[in-house]
Amino acid sequence: MPEPTRRSRRSRRPQQDKGPGRVLVAVYAVFVLAAGSRAAVQIATQFSDAPLAYILSALSAVVYLAATLALASSRPGAHRAAVACLSFELVGVLVVGTLSVVDSGAFPDDTVWSGYGRGYVFIPVVLPIVGLLYLRRQRS
Amino acid sequence: MIGILEVVLVAGALGLAVAALVWAALDRPVRLGHLVAAAAVELVLLVQGVIAVGRVVAGTRPASTATFVAYAVGSLVVLPLGVLWALEERTRWSSVVLAIAAVTVAVIVLRMGSVWNGHA
Repeated sequence: MPEPTRRSRRSRRPQQDKGPGRVLVAVYAVFVLAAGSRAAVQIATQFSDAPLAYILSALSAVVYLAATLALASSRPGAHRAAVACLSFELVGVLVVGTLSVVDSGAFPDDTVWSGYGRGYVFIPVVLPIVGLLYLRRQRS
Repeated sequence: MIGILEVVLVAGALGLAVAALVWAALDRPVRLGHLVAAAAVELVLLVQGVIAVGRVVAGTRPASTATFVAYAVGSLVVLPLGVLWALEERTRWSSVVLAIAAVTVAVIVLRMGSVWNGHA
């Protein structure tokens, strides 16, 4: 019975090469770690100091996590979910970045998105743009 | 934090990153030697983590213990996850993934050093 054998072998070793997409997922995973641990520390130790900034830190961590999962997934709908996550992320980094520059009083402590990601060599503002370009090219 | 370990870790991690990027430029997937180097860096990270925990228990406090612990835990998970993610790929991009993990470890080690020395 060659047919089931072949099928089970294929399911055990699916096509796993993602190419540059794999690098994108890796960078996003680093930012899940960076934003997530930053938010966890801030909320656990000094939440009352700057609740807005810390809630935004946590929100950015959640967005990074969702983007990582969507980019890593090959299920139907994952592409659209990834576009949604990265678009939200781009808006987030632009809005928070601008607010943190214009009204620094509202952001006494930094988030990953403050100053357009200044504390992270501006990767937070470049990442969603590169990601969206990659997703657009991948679809066509 | 622990001067010599910090230097060894940053040099080792950045060396691994450069080697992996050269490998990627040559269009090659991750090779065994790079995995051995990653394991060596991970081992030194573990040693650093154990010494740091010992010092914190003994009473030395970094500028922010919570931040330091977060970095210490983070430093240990990056390379294993990076290697697992890289090994599923058989193209040059696996080498790029390993390089990113190595650069991340170098940055975390430097941040751990500055948090330990009093800069939150």
